[in-house]
Amino acid sequence: MSPVALQMSCVAGLLAIALLAIVLSRAASATAVVYGATLAICGIALFGALRSLIGGMNGPGLSLPIGLPWLGAHFRIDALASFFLVVVNLGGATASLYGLGYGRHDHAPHRVLPFFPAFLAGMNLVVLADDAFSYLLCWEFMSLASWALVMAHHREPGNANAGYVYLVMASFGTLALLLVFGLLAGPAGDYGFSAIRAAQHTPYAATLVLILMLLGAGSKAGLVPLHVWLPLAHPAAPSHVSALMSGVMTKVAIYGFIRVIFDLLGPPTWWASVVVLILGGITAVMGILYAMMEKDLKRLLAYSTIENVGVIFASLGLALAFQANGLKLAAALAFTAALFHVLNHSFFKSLLFFGAGAVLTATGERDMDKLGGLIHRMPLTSFVVLVGCVAISALPPFNGFVSEWLMFQAVLQSPELPQWALKITVPAVGALLALAAALAAACFVKAYGVTFLGRPRSTEAETAVEVDRYSLVAMFILAALCLLAGILPGLVIDALSPVAVEILGGAMPIQVNEPWLSIVPIAESRSSYNGLLVMVFITISASLAVFIIHRFASHALRRGPAWGCGFSDSTPAAQYSAASFAQPIRRVFGTLVFHARDHVDMPAPGDTRPARFRIELHDLVWEGLYQPIVGAVGFSADRLNRLQFLTIRRYLSLVFATLVTLLLVLAIWS
Amino acid sequence: MVVISDIIVQGVQMLLVLLLAPLLTGFVRKLKARLVRRQGASIFQPYRDLLRLLRKEVVLADNASWLFRVTPYVTFAAIWVAAALVPTFATGLLFNWTADLIAIVALLGSARFFLALAGMDIGTSFGGIGSSREVMIAALAEPAMLLIFFCMALVAGSTQLSTVANFMASSYIGLRVSLGMAVIALIMVALAENARIPVDNPATHLELTMVHEAMVLEYSGRHLAMIEFGAFLKLLLYISLIACVFLPWKIALFGTGPLAYTVGAAAYVVKLAVAGFLLALFETATAKMRVFRIPQFLGAALMLGLLGTLLLFVSRSF
Repeated sequence: MSPVALQMSCVAGLLAIALLAIVLSRAASATAVVYGATLAICGIALFGALRSLIGGMNGPGLSLPIGLPWLGAHFRIDALASFFLVVVNLGGATASLYGLGYGRHDHAPHRVLPFFPAFLAGMNLVVLADDAFSYLLCWEFMSLASWALVMAHHREPGNANAGYVYLVMASFGTLALLLVFGLLAGPAGDYGFSAIRAAQHTPYAATLVLILMLLGAGSKAGLVPLHVWLPLAHPAAPSHVSALMSGVMTKVAIYGFIRVIFDLLGPPTWWASVVVLILGGITAVMGILYAMMEKDLKRLLAYSTIENVGVIFASLGLALAFQANGLKLAAALAFTAALFHVLNHSFFKSLLFFGAGAVLTATGERDMDKLGGLIHRMPLTSFVVLVGCVAISALPPFNGFVSEWLMFQAVLQSPELPQWALKITVPAVGALLALAAALAAACFVKAYGVTFLGRPRSTEAETAVEVDRYSLVAMFILAALCLLAGILPGLVIDALSPVAVEILGGAMPIQVNEPWLSIVPIAESRSSYNGLLVMVFITISASLAVFIIHRFASHALRRGPAWGCGFSDSTPAAQYSAASFAQPIRRVFGTLVFHARDHVDMPAPGDTRPARFRIELHDLVWEGLYQPIVGAVGFSADRLNRLQFLTIRRYLSLVFATLVTLLLVLAIWS
Repeated sequence: MVVISDIIVQGVQMLLVLLLAPLLTGFVRKLKARLVRRQGASIFQPYRDLLRLLRKEVVLADNASWLFRVTPYVTFAAIWVAAALVPTFATGLLFNWTADLIAIVALLGSARFFLALAGMDIGTSFGGIGSSREVMIAALAEPAMLLIFFCMALVAGSTQLSTVANFMASSYIGLRVSLGMAVIALIMVALAENARIPVDNPATHLELTMVHEAMVLEYSGRHLAMIEFGAFLKLLLYISLIACVFLPWKIALFGTGPLAYTVGAAAYVVKLAVAGFLLALFETATAKMRVFRIPQFLGAALMLGLLGTLLLFVSRSF
């Protein structure tokens, strides 16, 4: 079976499971059957995609007689598609495994089960599509399936609103993509990707395509200021779906961006890279600042997704800049960094959402200010989540650091760029990325510290129990992948090189032959990093310290109450909360970015009412951009509402007037 | 054979930093005491402190988790590995190729990450206030440090600290605006990262005015010894870093033999003494600033780093 046929059969299998889930619906075994079957099929698809990526087995495309009658539907696997198929199906497989345990707690499984495999099928199809029509159709299918999953628990407060905002933004994104493919197909109207690739695109059309693609793919991926739906919709879905939406669906959007801008559009122009770089840098910093202010665990993770998408876009912007100037090696470096980060983010974001889901199952809480102390109650979950937090904070020897490191190496290659705008933009964006990385570490100290450490802030947190085995296995697999990709980055870089060759025409040097499994992007004298040795050294020196201490130092240990400075605060509410942990950073950045103000209401001496503290935060993007639009739509709808209650006479005269006006326009026109 | 001698030199370097780190802190403390006309403790006092802490029992808060007990070792190991990556008396050591300047920043970041988590573990307000302020300082100091390192990397054409040091030591660099900015910014960052005056006061005993000390308030006994030792090492690391890049005088180049290594080691001790003296002088002459002045201080370092990098993007000759 050719690789594309294998993938298409897997997609067909997923769709069949979706139908089966409708039939089974309320049966008791439905959860196990559906997630078990998706796990198996995603496993097969993952295997096939890995074989295509590493073995270079891509084979011919596949054309199915569905869709538009004169066009048909075309599907094909190339290196880029196979890489993203790996991301999609790995995410799908781990989410299914997690779902086997997590799904049992769902109070309305019939609202999730049919859409889960359909959503996976949609994401696979977007990556496989080889003509514009199929692409758009699959994209829309993916959006709708994920919308249905967002609405799975539609009675919970806020979820209906989240679904509505998501639907509006998704339609807007699809509209932008529709125009993109209209422009790319040109007047001849050939929608096949190979025809689009071969065609020449005018600079004017290329500019429009870039802007529309940033709107279309950017709104799905969560680029600021199109991100507003993401922190609403991703947390609203069940946690394993949140993991798929954050860890995988944003990557499908990035796939779309790469496919159109790098592949279909032809050679890039340098100023396009400036736009992408600036958007990426701003998105990264804004995303993580939003996350820092958040106290809802799942929303914090969703905002951190926005940060990571920004990092990936900034890296892609660098790749565009190098590619436009013919610096193939540097372009490959930046591009590989972006893809590496795509992979890494799908690992640790899925892991963290699974962790948040585990906390949700155990306590029923997403609000960090009602959690705490879970490290005692859920030791295994807190261990894997700690791994995820370390990885996402870009700390060695885990995987997040490697992609960040590669990206900084790419930034250091950029003085070679001749354009002045780029010479100014790149270091500024580099500084933004460095800031985002540091803030990410702060943010995840907060997320982990408030949720898992300290004393429990509610009875739910106090009585939490460890989650089921399936969930734990899924999380441990992802944690192991985070470590493996961090200590053996050379293997990942080598696996990515066919993608870089296909898209850019150049790749990073092969890393497998480097001594001691180091990674050397350019030359050893310039930079090298060895995750494996760093881990070994840390382990050795830590064990050495432990050994010496336990050999020679006192073993005495006594438990006692914590030092309270003479006044022990008995209530756990007096601990540092999410908002108080963020206070220093809110004061430094928030006054500018969120117009943050602290209001203290201190009663006069003698007054016995409690003192109050309130934080005022403004989402300037929402207030400045979306509220005026919402207001304008509401205003015009109110005005037009009058048309609804006219007499038949007035309607007829309106129709007549319209007809006359149109005829007049036509007459004057011609 | 070459590998064995490399391992020996690397081992000597790792032991040397361990041995010298408490001495440096003791030296700075002694000088500070003498500068305000106090007698001061002996410069060997930090060794005695460490030994005394090792002999004491650990008093652990009731709800301390395993993370709290593991953190001292993780922190110490991360700082020690980072210190092993910085050339002290010789460049081109064995470890130098495993990680570069960016990795050193990240290793120190790991140490801080775990320490900040440990501060949150007990669930007292002191730990929380220390951790939240520490991450605020780090959120500004880390990007500043990365930009400073970009500056150095662009001048030397490498992010390998050994190559940078070699480049600075061997060729004539001359006065560079960008490097001038980098060294000022790096000193500012080093003061903040080591919790020195004017950012934090290592000797304060008033819980609310301190950052680093508030975070580790719950530690005692052998755990505290590891954390203190880590802090000593970190100070030494920063001074070595500044010395090897901006003052590579007499540093032994790769494979130059035992004599050059001895000279390098002697020069290194002299450099540490000079840096320690300047640090003590500076700390005695300035006052600690308010916590919310720190962002301005570190913001200045960040801007200096960015400006230096920008200048190098404009022209390599700045």
